[in-house]
Amino acid sequence: MTDRSLGKRIGALAGGLLFGASAAFAPVQAADQELLNSSYDIARELFSAYNQQFAEHWKEKTGKTVDINQSHGGSSKQAQAIIQGLRADVVTYNQVTDVDILHERGNLIPEDWRQRLPNASSPYYSTMAFLVREGNPKNIQNWDDLARDDVSSVLPNPKTSGNGRYTYLAALGYAQKAFDGDEAKIDQFLKTMLGNVAVYDTGGRGATTTFIERGIGDVLLTFESEVNNIVAQNPEGGYQVVVPKTSFLAEFPVTWIDRNVERNGTEELAKSYLEYLYTEEAQRLIAGFNYRVHNETVKAEFADRFPELELLPIEEIAGDWETAMSVHFAPGGKLDQLQRR
Amino acid sequence: MDKIMTGAPPKGGRAKRVLPGFSLSLGISLLFISLVLLLPVTGLIVQTSGMSLAEYWAVITDERVMASYKVTLWAAAIASVINGVVGLLMAWVLVRYDFWGKRLVDALMDLPFALPTAVAGITLAALFAENGWYGQYLAELGIKVAYTPLGIIVAMSFTSLPFVVRTVQPVLEDLAPEDEEAAMSMGASDLTVFRRIIFPALWPALMTGVALSFTRSLGEFGAVIFIAGNTPYVSEITSLMIFVRLQEFDYAAASAIASVVLMASLVLLLGINLWQARYLKRLHGR
Repeated sequence: MTDRSLGKRIGALAGGLLFGASAAFAPVQAADQELLNSSYDIARELFSAYNQQFAEHWKEKTGKTVDINQSHGGSSKQAQAIIQGLRADVVTYNQVTDVDILHERGNLIPEDWRQRLPNASSPYYSTMAFLVREGNPKNIQNWDDLARDDVSSVLPNPKTSGNGRYTYLAALGYAQKAFDGDEAKIDQFLKTMLGNVAVYDTGGRGATTTFIERGIGDVLLTFESEVNNIVAQNPEGGYQVVVPKTSFLAEFPVTWIDRNVERNGTEELAKSYLEYLYTEEAQRLIAGFNYRVHNETVKAEFADRFPELELLPIEEIAGDWETAMSVHFAPGGKLDQLQRR
Repeated sequence: MDKIMTGAPPKGGRAKRVLPGFSLSLGISLLFISLVLLLPVTGLIVQTSGMSLAEYWAVITDERVMASYKVTLWAAAIASVINGVVGLLMAWVLVRYDFWGKRLVDALMDLPFALPTAVAGITLAALFAENGWYGQYLAELGIKVAYTPLGIIVAMSFTSLPFVVRTVQPVLEDLAPEDEEAAMSMGASDLTVFRRIIFPALWPALMTGVALSFTRSLGEFGAVIFIAGNTPYVSEITSLMIFVRLQEFDYAAASAIASVVLMASLVLLLGINLWQARYLKRLHGR
């Protein structure tokens, strides 16, 4: 075993022990090359399929076999593990802030990492949607329905999950338009909407469990990809997807970790791994997992699955991520004030 | 009560220890304590040392955090009192009676320790949700457990019950039946025997068990988080507040809140130890 893979194993072990992240260990059979992808919680299925596709492509292109190890967890926890020494080669996250922190805290990547790959380093994207009970008994169609007295919802905690933060920002974006920037009305709407939340789970999958298994709430607020996957997994029915006309543009940023690929000697492999995400084959695979993609051909193929809507980027709602975090989600921020009863 | 011969070293001159290996075993123990206990605690203090006193104070007295102390303290207090009563009863049953399957019940007692707390939390949430096995009947009575502060109490008492059982059990086993028999032969009623003979002997162990159960509950995260509902200002526990600060990469603030929990636990445990020492001294007359 080389020093590097040993170091990586120890790193992975430490990361796993400290944060309960499911760090993956290298299988015994030796491949020519190895790569560690640190990813977000609900990306397991997507990346196990993608890794297989990429490995075949890599074999064809270079004649080398590659072992791709995955580590999944809440992406903030995952980023922490890397800052504290987990030598992951690439990150594939669902929050820009969790990649930014790798520059700010560890200086592991350059500040302009978003310029290195197309579409601001986000090979695919999604938005926030609603999952309601079959037949939509409460007739929930848009964000304003979430503030009705008779509606109770399940939302991942915006304090602990990017998923919840996105939904909060989506609702804020809707309110800014609907109330024409009237601060008092916007606040009142958000306050009522948050007051209708029955359970704040710490992560997206937890919220799904609460809504599906425990039968809590009239509506689950989460990623469009997640609600579509739930419907696909429950062929006997019971649920229905509602995509509001205005929602948030949720990006899924990826980048290679300069410091780590240098040490691991995997720079070329890591770059190819991420660039391949933008190819037509990969985009088709990703769209199959209900994420929206940029490739025009694939877009046309999946047009019926992804209704056209107005997607608001973070810049339009809150300026930029840094402002959004400090104004809305920081201790004592807007969210803390709105959630006070 | 029989007097125990204490192995006090002879006065004057160097005490000769009968048991060999003292310095080696003490050395290893101290090293281990330092590495596993003191170092992380030092780390905690170092993390917070970057903050000014005002910042520290602002973090630990944040309104939402204050609400979480209240929820956590109340829930832990109620959970540990429940455990005190139930745990004593369980220890009593396990020590004093012989029944079929006793070994199994005895082993089951440790299940909350063995079970990953997240699994416990998810299972409890499933049971107590309104469509769960227990929850559906409780719902008919108008009682909601899952996703309310009541759920926090259930999760806390589940994970910390063994503390009471396992601290009371050995003391109860050591309790000589002669004392009870003597009391009975002098005409004491069952209640008097329990109140005057058994309970005073069990009291310190029971208090320790309850205190351990309480401090364990203060820090519980995995089990509680899945059943609490985590409604801000209503059912958010302090561990969640720490978790939130970590998510924000604010290690200093996380450590600051953690230090409050740590201090509360330390003061309580130290208090119990001191009280217990005095109590035992009075009980045994030495």
